Amino acid sequence: MQAILSTSFSFFGTNVTIAALLGQGTLGLINGAFYACLSLGLAVIFGMLNIINFAHGALFMMGAFASWMLLNYLGIGYFPALILSPILVGLFGIFLEKTIISRLYKLDHLYGLLLTFGLSLVVQGLFRNYYGSSGLPYQIPQVLQGATYIGFMYMPNYRGWVVLAALFVCVATWAIIEKTPLGATLRAATENAPLVQAFGVNVPRLITLTYGGGIALAAFAGVLAAPIYSVNPNMGDNFINVVFAVVVIGGMGSIMGSIVTGFALGVIEGMTKVVYPQASATVVFVVMVIVLLTKPRGLFGKAA
Amino acid sequence: MFGFSRPQLIAFLAMVALIVVLPFVLYPVFLMRVLTTALFACAFNLMIGYVGLLSFGQAAFYGMGAYVSAWTIKNWHVDASVAIALGGLTGGVLGLALGYLAIRRSGIYFAMITLALAQMVYFFCLEAPFTGGEDGIQQVPRGHLFGVIDLSNDMTMYWLVAAVFLGGFLLIHRIIHSPFGQVLKGIRENEPRTTSLGYRTDDYKLIAFVLSCTLAGVAGGTKALVFGIATLTDVNSSTSGEIVLTTLLGGLGTVFGPAMGAVVITTMENYLAQMGAWVTVIQGAIFMFCVLSFRRGIVGEIGNLLKLKL
Repeated sequence: MQAILSTSFSFFGTNVTIAALLGQGTLGLINGAFYACLSLGLAVIFGMLNIINFAHGALFMMGAFASWMLLNYLGIGYFPALILSPILVGLFGIFLEKTIISRLYKLDHLYGLLLTFGLSLVVQGLFRNYYGSSGLPYQIPQVLQGATYIGFMYMPNYRGWVVLAALFVCVATWAIIEKTPLGATLRAATENAPLVQAFGVNVPRLITLTYGGGIALAAFAGVLAAPIYSVNPNMGDNFINVVFAVVVIGGMGSIMGSIVTGFALGVIEGMTKVVYPQASATVVFVVMVIVLLTKPRGLFGKAA
Repeated sequence: MFGFSRPQLIAFLAMVALIVVLPFVLYPVFLMRVLTTALFACAFNLMIGYVGLLSFGQAAFYGMGAYVSAWTIKNWHVDASVAIALGGLTGGVLGLALGYLAIRRSGIYFAMITLALAQMVYFFCLEAPFTGGEDGIQQVPRGHLFGVIDLSNDMTMYWLVAAVFLGGFLLIHRIIHSPFGQVLKGIRENEPRTTSLGYRTDDYKLIAFVLSCTLAGVAGGTKALVFGIATLTDVNSSTSGEIVLTTLLGGLGTVFGPAMGAVVITTMENYLAQMGAWVTVIQGAIFMFCVLSFRRGIVGEIGNLLKLKL
């Protein structure tokens, strides 16, 4: 085992060991977890509302801020915040959908994109005004501190927790949509909303709940990210541009597709850090270019 | 002339008159900022207003144009006209490469792809040695025009910027009113039908994209000479967003809208500069207001009131 791990080979003049590749790949799963949560939320919202939620990054950031506020203003710790923050931000999402986003359904999809883009500017600007852009610290909860040896590297416990928690929530979302009666109604409404409405289903409410759910996913990712990255108004920006590339790569047709693509790209990004560090920020975009050239609809995209 | 209708011609002459008179009243450097932004917005409008392609990555072409103009005039001491032309060429070549990828998808995917590709360009500029990283390229000389006219005087520079803007403006107007432009509008209205009429719509979209990016590069290059600086802000996604806002506020698909938007947005930024992050909040709020209840934009609404196509 040890012999395999310490095997090294040369790649463009960089000495690469298998252990380093495995280690960075595993750490890449963490970013992958965020990509998966965010792109999953985007895909769910797009399926139902036919808009690309540009405010997703801002709402992710609000999730992190909500947990910071719960801790600092109300003394509510990490684990309750993991449930409470997504609910609070999800409710905010529902409020947004009810008051403004719902006015745009009859218009070109591009207006939804523009509106949510404006929304993200407002939200980010407000947080920047009141909390600055330097970032606020958020402690890793006591039980998740430390690190564990997992065969080829020491994995910080909290990072392992992030991967598992995100994976659990993603799979749960997939199960709700693909395996429950509610999910079946949701999928039917995605295909043909007027018909489902004719069966007596309250489609507008379904749409509102879907938007709230997608936002809650983003906020959940935000809470997970809070102890890793400092809580700051721009934290969503760094993710959302990559997540759009992830969505283009995966195509928004499949729930499982966006989860798999999210995690896979995180791993690829991590491994690139070993091979060619300068490219780690752009490798996802390079993958997007390759996918566009070979499979323009995306890996899991439907022909439409 | 140039396909102007009578009211448009009157509006155009009024605009030219303002461009000639205003530098004697207002600070020319501020007006140059307005004009370069206006050219950038007009170029963007060529795509969104007449082909229906919403690009969220125009800053890549604007910023790269600025970098190349600034670098060539600073290090190679080329003529100002050459520097600006090289900026445009950079925008065009980059537009060809990125547009070739982006037009494979349309609608919101197109927006996301252009955003992601522009982000790639941003990271490239952050790492590449010639851009000066976080510092950017500073103290760029304005140089000389055609080897004789010294541009270090603000008024002399202003006339060059005004000429570049009017040239770009008329070029765009000419493009829109050419048979080529008619096909573009056909694509905007109904792409499958345009295809069935025998037009290769992808080629048309790509050409429009490249033209728009070339002019964005020209605008960026001109801006770099005016302010003597090219930085990461020019390639940042916030610049892309700002140009979308500028065009939307002025009026998508109108002839004079983008220029009007540039006047309003630049003035606003000028006066609100000391308010810090509130500028972002206000911009976002204007964005939302425009989308919710002001979709025609300023010029579109005026045109609607007067029953004119401006």
